[in-house]
Amino acid sequence: MRTLRFILEKEFTQIFRNKALLRIMIFMPLLQLLVLSYAVDYEIKNIRLMFVDMDRSHFSGLLFSQLQGSPYFTITDQSEKMSDAHDAIEHDACDIAVVVEPDFEKKLYRTGESNVQIIANAIDGTKASLGSNYATSIVRNYSLMLNKQYGLDVQPNAMSSIRQIEINYSYWFNPDLNYKAFMVPGILVLLVTLIGVFLASMNIVMEKELGTIEQINVTPIKKHHFIIGKTLPFWIIGLMEFGFGLLLGKLVFDIPMIGNLFMLFCFAGTYLFAILGLGLLISTLTNTQQQAMFISWFFLVLFILLGGLFSAIENMPLWAQTITRFNPVRYFIEVNRMVLLKGSGLSDLAGHFALMFLFIIVINGLAIFRYRKTT
Amino acid sequence: MHRLIAFVRKEIFHILRDWRTLIILIGMPIIQILVFGFAITNEIKNASIAILDNAQDHHSAALINKVLSSGYFRLETYLDSPVEIEGVFRKGKVKEVIVFENNFGAKIEKENKAAVQLILDAADPNSATMILNYTQAIIADYQASQNKLANLPFTIGVTSQMFYNQELKGVYMFVPGLISIILMLVTAMMTSISITKEKELGTMEILLATPMKPGIIIIGKVLPYLLLAFTNAIIVLLLGYFVFGVPVNGSLPLLLGEMLLFILTVLSLGIMISTITNSQQVALMISLMGLMLPTMLLSGFLFPIENMPLPLQIVSNIVPAKWFIIIIKTIMLKGLGFGFIWKESLILFGFMLFFLSISIKKFTPRIE
Repeated sequence: MRTLRFILEKEFTQIFRNKALLRIMIFMPLLQLLVLSYAVDYEIKNIRLMFVDMDRSHFSGLLFSQLQGSPYFTITDQSEKMSDAHDAIEHDACDIAVVVEPDFEKKLYRTGESNVQIIANAIDGTKASLGSNYATSIVRNYSLMLNKQYGLDVQPNAMSSIRQIEINYSYWFNPDLNYKAFMVPGILVLLVTLIGVFLASMNIVMEKELGTIEQINVTPIKKHHFIIGKTLPFWIIGLMEFGFGLLLGKLVFDIPMIGNLFMLFCFAGTYLFAILGLGLLISTLTNTQQQAMFISWFFLVLFILLGGLFSAIENMPLWAQTITRFNPVRYFIEVNRMVLLKGSGLSDLAGHFALMFLFIIVINGLAIFRYRKTT
Repeated sequence: MHRLIAFVRKEIFHILRDWRTLIILIGMPIIQILVFGFAITNEIKNASIAILDNAQDHHSAALINKVLSSGYFRLETYLDSPVEIEGVFRKGKVKEVIVFENNFGAKIEKENKAAVQLILDAADPNSATMILNYTQAIIADYQASQNKLANLPFTIGVTSQMFYNQELKGVYMFVPGLISIILMLVTAMMTSISITKEKELGTMEILLATPMKPGIIIIGKVLPYLLLAFTNAIIVLLLGYFVFGVPVNGSLPLLLGEMLLFILTVLSLGIMISTITNSQQVALMISLMGLMLPTMLLSGFLFPIENMPLPLQIVSNIVPAKWFIIIIKTIMLKGLGFGFIWKESLILFGFMLFFLSISIKKFTPRIE
C-alpha cells in the first residue's frame, strides 16, 4: 500500500509539473466540446433551389408559390433557360433546380399529362436525395391541388372519391429536435476517450523512451502496483473531465438529464478502466511516443467512426455492425444518451455493464500479461 | 546539395526503421476509406420499428406490408397497447412506432379518410426526421395507389436527374475529405513531432552544430514526409477509383499540383507548431486536438458548413482543409478547370506564406 502511495505521488507530481500539458488536458477538451457541439449539425436544411420556368403560365406560377412556401428550400434564383440551371450547379450556386417544361399548362389541358424535371447536384448524395424527395412531394401536393381547383371543369365527377390518409406524428424524448442534446453526450464520450487512451499510452512509453522505466524495473515495485499507479491518476482526470463536460452541457446547451447521474458516473468509471487498459496495452506494444500515438490514433479513429456518434449503427451493413459489438466506445455513447435523454434505468443497462466488465478483464488482462519488468 | 541528400537519407532511415509507424501510416488510409465507403452512411437502412395495429384489417395489413418490404425498415415487434410504447423506446430497441387507428380500413372505404400516427424516438433528431420522411413517402405512395382507381384529370410526372453522382454514393463526399485528413495527419503531425523529437532528445543541438544551414535541416526533415504524404494520397485516389468508382473527371496534373500545394501548406503548419513547442506530447496534443478534430468537423467533410452558427462559419475559413476540399471536389467530381478554383488556391498559398513567415520569425538556431 505504501509503495502504491509513493508511485501515485510521483505520477501526480509529474502531471502537475508539466503545466502546458495540464492545460491542454483540461481545457482543450472542454473548449472542443463547446465549439464542436455547434458544428456537428448534419440536418439538411436550407436547400438552395433554382426555379426554371420555361412555360411562364398560370400553372407554373402556382408551382413556384408552392415551392416558395416550403420551409425546406431557399429560392436562390429564377430563370427561363435550362442552361442557367446547369451553370448554377457548376458554380455551386444552387443545390437543386426545378424545371417546368414549355407548354406545361397547355399539355395538361390537352392530354391530361405533363412533366416537371428536377436536377440536383448529387456530390452530396444525402442532400440531393432529400431535396428531390421534398420537391417531389411538393409537386404531388400541387397536383392534388390543381385537380381539386381546376379538374372539376374538366371532369366533374372524379373528385368525390379522392382517398386521403392523414399522417399525425410526434417526436418523443426531444420534441424540439435539439440535435445538441443528442450530440453533446456523444462528443463528451469521444473527448474522454481521446484523453484517456492518449495519456495512458504515451505516459508509460515516455518512461521507456527516456530510459526511466529501467529505474522503476529495478525497484521492488510489483507489476500491479505499477499499473494501478499509472492508471489511477488518469482515471481521476478522466472522471473529472466527464463531470465538467456534463456541467458544461447542462449550463451551455441545456441538455436534458433525466436519468440517474450517479449510475452514469459508475458507468463512466467502469468505462475508463477499460479504455485506460487499452492505453496500457498499446504502451506495452510500442517503444516510442510516436508509435504509441499512431497506434492509439488508429484504434480511436476506428472506434469513433464505428461508434455510432456520427452515423447510426443500424444503418451500417451487417459485418460492420458485428465489428461495433467489440467497440467499447459504442456502449458508452449508447449509455450516455440513454440515461441522459430517456432516463433508462439499471435494468435497461445491465447488459452494457456486464459487457464493460468483460472488456476490462480482457484488455487489462492482456496488458498485464504483455507488461514485462525486463527489457 | 549532397549534405541535403545525406540528411534526407538519414530521415528516410528513421522512417523505415520504425516499421510500426510506417504500417499505420500506410494502412490507416486504406482502412479508413474502406470503413467510410462501406460502413458509414446516413441513409436509412433496416431502421427497427414497432407497430400497434388497432385495426387489423386488409388496408392496415397492406400498408404494413408496404412499409416492411421497402427495405428501410425492420419490424422489431408488434405492440398490443399504447402503454407499451414508452417501454420499447426506453430499451433503445426501436426508432419509430406506427399506430393505426381503430377501423382504419373501414374509414378509408366509407369516409375516404383515415389516420395513421407515427411516434418517433427523437433522441437522435436527424435519424428521426429521416425516418419520418421515408415513412411519409411510403404512406403517400399507398394513398396514391388508392387514388389510381379514381382516374384524376391531371397527372404530373416527375423526372429527376442527379448530376455528378447518379447513384448518390456517400463515398463521393468522403474521398476528398479523407485525402485532406490523411495529408494533414502525415505531414503536419509527423513533421511537428519528428522535429520536436530531435529537440527533446537533444539531437537538435548536434544538428545545429553541424555546418548545415537551419533551412537545409528543415527541408531535409520535411522532404521524406512530403513523399510519404503524396504516396498516401495516391493510394486513396486509386482505392476510390477502383473499389468505389469515384472518378477523376478533371485534369490529373492539376489535381496533383493542387495536392502538392496543400501538402506544402500543412507542412509549413507542422514546422510552425514545432517552433512553438519543445515537447512531443504538446506537439501531439496541438496537432491532434487543434488540427485533426477541426479538420474533420469544420471543413465541411462530415457536416455542412452552412448549418453552423455564424461565428463557426467564420472560423471554418481558417481551416485550410475547407478550401482544399472545395478544390478537389471541383476537379475530381465536377471536372472543371483552374478557372473555377484559382481563388481557393490563392488562399492556400496565402496560408503557406503566413505559416512560413511565423516559423522563420520564431525559429532560433540556438539552444537556451
